[in-house]
Amino acid sequence: MVIYGVTLLAACYLVGVFAGELLGRLLGIDANVGGVGIAMLLLIILSNLRDERFHLKPMTETGVTFWSAMYIPIVIAMAAKQNVTGALSGGWMAILAGTLAVTASFAMIPVLARFTEVRDE
Amino acid sequence: MSEAFSSTLTANSLIAAFVFVGLVLALSNWISNKFTNGRIHGSAIAISLGLVFAYVAGVFTGGTRGLADIALLSGVGLLGGAMFRDFAIVATAYGADLNTLKRAGWVGASSVIIGVVLSFIVGAVIAVAFGYTDPIAVTTIGAGASTYIVGPVTGTALGAGSDVIALSVAAGLTKSILVMIGTPLVARRIGLNNPSSALVYGGLMGTTSGVAAGLAATDPKLVPYGAMTATFYTGVGCLLAPSVLYLLIEAIL
Repeated sequence: MVIYGVTLLAACYLVGVFAGELLGRLLGIDANVGGVGIAMLLLIILSNLRDERFHLKPMTETGVTFWSAMYIPIVIAMAAKQNVTGALSGGWMAILAGTLAVTASFAMIPVLARFTEVRDE
Repeated sequence: MSEAFSSTLTANSLIAAFVFVGLVLALSNWISNKFTNGRIHGSAIAISLGLVFAYVAGVFTGGTRGLADIALLSGVGLLGGAMFRDFAIVATAYGADLNTLKRAGWVGASSVIIGVVLSFIVGAVIAVAFGYTDPIAVTTIGAGASTYIVGPVTGTALGAGSDVIALSVAAGLTKSILVMIGTPLVARRIGLNNPSSALVYGGLMGTTSGVAAGLAATDPKLVPYGAMTATFYTGVGCLLAPSVLYLLIEAIL
């Protein structure tokens, strides 16, 4: 049943976000620490356990893959609700700070990615 | 007649948003095929169009939520809000490769810390260059250059003024929008074409919305890897900026 897939996904989501909330409180900060990441890890581990104990029927799987396919449309809606005017109204300093932070981070990617390649060999 | 039309849309805002986003995507795919021979992804065009709409809507409504501030399109706010976004991000993890995570996990994790510190330093240097000398203001603006959530969390914790907090939000918003638009443009040059580099990318960039949209426009198969590390970034930023990084700035200035 499709709903089983949606339920599995929603349960992973809630468990992860709850764990992230607890982690944030444990560290004494007002933020969810990696809740979504923990939820993703849960789902990845479950979906990699393809044996008799955990095997989703194709119909159940569509309950998860539908939401995965809705990802791009959701991201487009997210772009359309951004505070773009707010970003541009911060003046040159804010724009420059944001722009240079992105530039520096982009430049760092090949440097760090090299470490993952070394371990691939 | 027009009143009936608008009340239908406002009473069914989420459904209206499905239609709206579908039409934007259809238009974008058409533009992509017709004018760029498919070289620029339809999704990249759709995300940029979304940002343009958000800007125009912001100018006309004076609000902060882009198109979602227009009553007829308020469903865009729900569909594009954090709940659906995060739910869909988790769904993309289904079927992702566990071995990649195991192999590149440590580099991904360290990229989060490096990413927070790097963006923070850049933001702090710019703040100093623009004449800020108060350690609290410099720290808050540096934190804002990490993400637009870390900025206000740090500023509030340290007792920064609301003008400085607003600046830090603007810096973070600029970053997130630039990551959305810039990622597909630089992806090839920075080697963003495999799960390992996507893990590093998510950790360095950290803005969940920026990374989500940037990877969607580059290669949707990389989304789970980048999003995974990015979701830890804001938490790590909120942890480091008001504590270690603030003490560092205070010692320097």
